[in-house]
Amino acid sequence: MIDTLVISAQNGRLAFKRAWIITRREVRDTIRDWRLMVPIGLLTLVFPALMQFVAILAQDWVRRWGAELIGERMIPFLLMIVGFFPISFSLVIALETFVGEKERYSLEPLLATPLTNEELYWGKTMAAMIPPVLASYLGLTVYLIGLYIGLRWLPDPELLALIVLLTTAEALVMVSGAVVISSQTTSVRAANILASFIIIPMTLLVQAESFMMFWGNYAALWWILAALLVVDAVLVRMGMRIFNREELLGREIDELNLGKAWRYFWRFLREPPPGTTARQKRFLPRVYAHDLPVLLRRHLVPIAVVTLMQIVAFIIGWRYALQYPLPEGLVALDVPEDAFAQIPDIGFLPSLNPWAIMTHNLRVLALEAILGLFTFGAAAIALLMVPIAIIGILAGEAPFIGASPWLLLATFILPHGIVELPAAIIATAMALRLGASIISPPPGMSLSQGVLLALADWVKVMVFLVLPMLTIAGMLEVWLTPWIVVNVW
Amino acid sequence: MILTEGLYKQFDDFVAVRGIDLHVPKGEILALLGPNGAGKTTTVRMLASILRPTRGRAWIAGHDVVKEAVTVRRLVGVLTETPGLYGRMRAREYLRFFGELQGMPRAAIDVRSEQLMAQFGMDGVWHLRLGEYSKGMRQKMALIRTLLHDPPVLLLDEPTSAMDPHSAKQVRDAILTLRSADRAIIICTHNLAEAELIADRIAIIRRGEIVARGSATQLKRDLLGAPILEVRTANPLNGARRLIDDLIQIEAEGDTWLRYRTETPEQVNPLLIDRLSRAGYRVVTLSEVPRPLEEVYLQVVEKQSSMEEVRQTQ
Repeated sequence: MIDTLVISAQNGRLAFKRAWIITRREVRDTIRDWRLMVPIGLLTLVFPALMQFVAILAQDWVRRWGAELIGERMIPFLLMIVGFFPISFSLVIALETFVGEKERYSLEPLLATPLTNEELYWGKTMAAMIPPVLASYLGLTVYLIGLYIGLRWLPDPELLALIVLLTTAEALVMVSGAVVISSQTTSVRAANILASFIIIPMTLLVQAESFMMFWGNYAALWWILAALLVVDAVLVRMGMRIFNREELLGREIDELNLGKAWRYFWRFLREPPPGTTARQKRFLPRVYAHDLPVLLRRHLVPIAVVTLMQIVAFIIGWRYALQYPLPEGLVALDVPEDAFAQIPDIGFLPSLNPWAIMTHNLRVLALEAILGLFTFGAAAIALLMVPIAIIGILAGEAPFIGASPWLLLATFILPHGIVELPAAIIATAMALRLGASIISPPPGMSLSQGVLLALADWVKVMVFLVLPMLTIAGMLEVWLTPWIVVNVW
Repeated sequence: MILTEGLYKQFDDFVAVRGIDLHVPKGEILALLGPNGAGKTTTVRMLASILRPTRGRAWIAGHDVVKEAVTVRRLVGVLTETPGLYGRMRAREYLRFFGELQGMPRAAIDVRSEQLMAQFGMDGVWHLRLGEYSKGMRQKMALIRTLLHDPPVLLLDEPTSAMDPHSAKQVRDAILTLRSADRAIIICTHNLAEAELIADRIAIIRRGEIVARGSATQLKRDLLGAPILEVRTANPLNGARRLIDDLIQIEAEGDTWLRYRTETPEQVNPLLIDRLSRAGYRVVTLSEVPRPLEEVYLQVVEKQSSMEEVRQTQ
């Protein structure tokens, strides 16, 4: 055991050493490029001094109007800005890290060396991080020294730690995102255009952070930091998973080939899941006898994750109800016989007919998949958690209006939920897989092939399993659930 | 040293290499000859563990190119089609970078760098940045980078492209020296004369398949037939045909020369000289007519094209 640990540590040290050779060369290259160094220098030395001057002026000015608070909040806000500006360069450096080398034909000699993919990835990631992050720390130091000399202002250690950590996490988000882009494009121009997917969310994030700074809500900033670290982990994993020599050298042009994409999708849809063979030759019997059982077996982990998250949502809802109970006698659960016939049409809710309910549920599950695709599956889970949490609230409130929560669930939810909930959980698990396919395409497949396979599997499960289940659930919800509710309550 | 079995590479719908079998033992130089897009570079990239074969296997010095990729990359020196240097670096820094990636100690890198720089006539340019080098110098620097860790297998993709004749000769001489040093070398080239000059064996590759292979002499014999010999005399050859008609089949003739083919020159040539001399014809020379490899290459390519046409028609 100890021997294994020693060997692992030695291997890790050697891997770091090799990655560091790449980092050292690239950092030197960056330092030699005046087009990068002049702006970094200006942002590191001149900009903080300017911000310090602005901070002092602003504080004097707002004090005249009795708004000292704004002045106080302005200083940490500018501290954050001073830290952020230099790290924006990490994006420029990281974006060209692979694709720039490919354009200059210097990538292949590097790929022919005994470096592993991980060493190359980390070497280049560190190279893109180090100069801007060091510049950012230097900028913060210059700003703080200026403030101390001018205003005798010293930052709260928590605030300083928060800003340093936020700056570093933001740099890692930009760099890991940019490395993903850089390793998947074939020209610096394409990489720059795709960088909008990083710049826009980062801009919104900085705006949110600025708002929190002026609000003085540092606890929220810690949560933002935690979320950034999660995003960092996801992007790094994604970068490592999809980074490979094959993709870097194999692709020569970024061609949007819809015909080819369609052919792949159609093949994945028509054929049994990869790695399996089916006895049935005809499509429909094969889907039910072979494809769907295989797909469900393969998605047991996402199904379990989604189910667990729904249980969590239900508990959260229930606890919320206990925290904010309804006043006694506010609601009486006395359902008249014609209650369901009188339900008015409410904009976002479906009418009480099977078709409307089924199409509504289908729309929501499709929306989950679309959102899941852009959020690595997280939004899909979150979207399903909302109605489940509401059910939890209703169940939690039941005792306060003199009803049994279990009877409430058994009558209002269970008759159709017994079909609808598994359908929703399966669809959400498939949406989760769709989002995750971007982070980890199946071995031997490119990113786009992985996404197309996940999409084909999603369509197969939705059309042949979820849709029939939702249709049955819609009928039960319209014809069975109201009958039970009216008779019981 | 280099062994492949059914090496196959497919990029989406495009098949770049279709089941190539190669064997290059120590001390041998194999030239991969073929037009652009024939699959030469893809083959080299698979042998260098940069690309994974879709099917088939390959070994470098007994190491599997897929399962032992890192070891293979340590054993192989790859000269890429374009030099791909870092323009802001100088030679020493550049060679140290690649030497360190190969796990060489710095002192060894420096000694080897100086030796190779001198060998390629580059010892006067240490002070220049690589971006300031001429095309030929860049190619030489790339070759030095390839040789730096003294690999037992060399994969050279167009080693003399963009070089002036003097530099190209330096590189060719260096490659010939390397052969004697117990190495297996594969050279990808369009340059037929170079292939003939350097390589022990030639493999002609077209559309991802090896369509002909062997030594230059063997290829010529197989594809162009028996060698053509030419005899030249000091006096006109009037009436000589009837003396030698039973011995050789004359392909062409002039006043003082004639050309013929024979499968057994060691038996036919002495008899021919003897008969001509006895009849009073003074033989000045008897030599093989040089047949450029280009003829072989064009014949193979044309043959393949016509076979493909037939296949398409069917």
